[in-house]
Amino acid sequence: MINMSETYPSSGNVVPSSIAQVGIITKYTFLDYFRSRRFLVLAIITLLIGFLLTFAVGYYNPPGFRGGTSLNFYGNWWGSVTTFVVILSGIFFGGDAISGEFQNKTGYFGIPNPINRSSIYVGKWLAAFLASTIILGVFTVITLGNGIAYFGLDIPIEFWESVLFTWLYLVSVLGFTFFFSAVFKSSSIAILTTVILFLFVFGIIELVAGALAHVEPWFILTYGAAIISNVFLVPYPPHITVLEAGPLNLTTYTATIPQGIAIMAVYFIITFILGLLLFQRKEFT
Amino acid sequence: MANPSLEAVNLSKRFGEFPAVSNLNLKIEGSKCVGFLGPNGAGKTTTLKMFTDLIRSTSGQALINGVNVHTHKREALASVGSLIETPEIYPSLTPREALMMIAEIRGVPAAERTKSIEAAISEVRMEKWIDKRVGKFSKGMKQRICIASALLSNPSILILDEPTTGLDPRGMSEVRGIVKSLKGKKRLIFMSSHLLSEVAEVCDEVAIIDHGKLMIYDTIPNVTAKFSGGENLVEVGLNRPVDDALLDGTIAGLPDVLSVKKKDGKTLSIRFSGDLAVQERLLGDLVRLNIGVVSYKPSSSELEDAYLKLIKATL
Repeated sequence: MINMSETYPSSGNVVPSSIAQVGIITKYTFLDYFRSRRFLVLAIITLLIGFLLTFAVGYYNPPGFRGGTSLNFYGNWWGSVTTFVVILSGIFFGGDAISGEFQNKTGYFGIPNPINRSSIYVGKWLAAFLASTIILGVFTVITLGNGIAYFGLDIPIEFWESVLFTWLYLVSVLGFTFFFSAVFKSSSIAILTTVILFLFVFGIIELVAGALAHVEPWFILTYGAAIISNVFLVPYPPHITVLEAGPLNLTTYTATIPQGIAIMAVYFIITFILGLLLFQRKEFT
Repeated sequence: MANPSLEAVNLSKRFGEFPAVSNLNLKIEGSKCVGFLGPNGAGKTTTLKMFTDLIRSTSGQALINGVNVHTHKREALASVGSLIETPEIYPSLTPREALMMIAEIRGVPAAERTKSIEAAISEVRMEKWIDKRVGKFSKGMKQRICIASALLSNPSILILDEPTTGLDPRGMSEVRGIVKSLKGKKRLIFMSSHLLSEVAEVCDEVAIIDHGKLMIYDTIPNVTAKFSGGENLVEVGLNRPVDDALLDGTIAGLPDVLSVKKKDGKTLSIRFSGDLAVQERLLGDLVRLNIGVVSYKPSSSELEDAYLKLIKATL
């Protein structure tokens, strides 16, 4: 038996600052994500999407891609798929990030240490953001590769604007998924709720609020995120469009660029803070 | 540096209407091992969780070295290693990486981290698995890694919640050995367990809790004496069989000895009247008889009797 008091170093440890501890949690959580099956699956899905698009555009030459302008090409390629990749990343890396600490009991390993829960929350969020950034980066490279192959270095400024908006959307989606992950102790319920919200509920509310109730859906995240694809439209669509269809007046709202940025930023700030507060108060019973 | 200490001050926790812990007042101080006993649902794990920030108290304070865990967690837990329930580790990490994360969080100096991790892993006999991913490990293997994590930064206080849970008999024995070896200078161990024999073997003192209330906190001999009319029982291990004449005459005639029984050829059960000082003197007397004393410990059945009487009284 080893004599612990002799083998182990003297306990003159200096606990690092909370910010340094955020970095530590980020590093090891990212390593865990990076090696996980879910990262591999998401990378394969992203590559598959990229490959199918590359094949379809190259072989079938659909209108609005290589036959049109570079703006159309990037708008159709990036604008139609990228939000799906962002939502998948949010679900894969954020869906159970906090609920897993309770359900999988990983929290019992990290929390009884001299580290604030806020450092764990922020560190895990940053790790999820980094992992998602890699996935999004892969899709960006595939998009640029095809764009350069067809249009050379004629990359419209709108593409770079859209990329920035996409990263902002990723930030807000991860804030949102972390919040739901902090609400529920069950990972599957947290993931399912996020999927249902993003893929169904938000769209339905946006439609009902805008077209039928004539209320601008500024409170829906996906409404703000529409600037990712709308930025490719020249001229930019009007804020309000009314379609008269017989006795019905259908109103369509389009978020302006500042509005879209504000919606995504506010969503992130509110859900991130709420999620953090929930995690700080939640108990490992 | 002052003695390590754990203190519950009017510590209470309610889950809805259910009082899991009620006004617990307990101060444990110094280098010793304290067993934390109680029936299922008594409030043991809840108490330990309040000392490690896993849950918040409804009222009262959990203090470690005088520092409130909930208001100054980083400071309070800086010198604490803990193992609560059966933690899981991020499955894609190896034990080396998981322990490196904890070492970095706890501020183990960079130059000492590798040595500390390898020593801790060696202590729980997981050297062969140090670079394998944790996701493939059995529950017992993960428990060993978590024990290594608790030992990592040479903490002055160890909070262990049923540390042998999930381990095979060899693992249980090894963990008991580790805990015993940790009872060194300036280290306080607070350990809950259902295994009274384990507590009797490893611990110096016991705190017994039931229905969220502290029933007793004292040394094991004092607790057993209290419930046996001032009588205590020790088990004496010998390296050779003892002569019956010596047993019935000399040993039975030692001061304060009430009765002596042979449990088997090399183990004696000696019932005596008195406290720790008497127990100490009795050991000296036995050694001087040159009968080959190789072990001397309070009887676990004695602690069990005391425990059952105490718990029965609260039903």
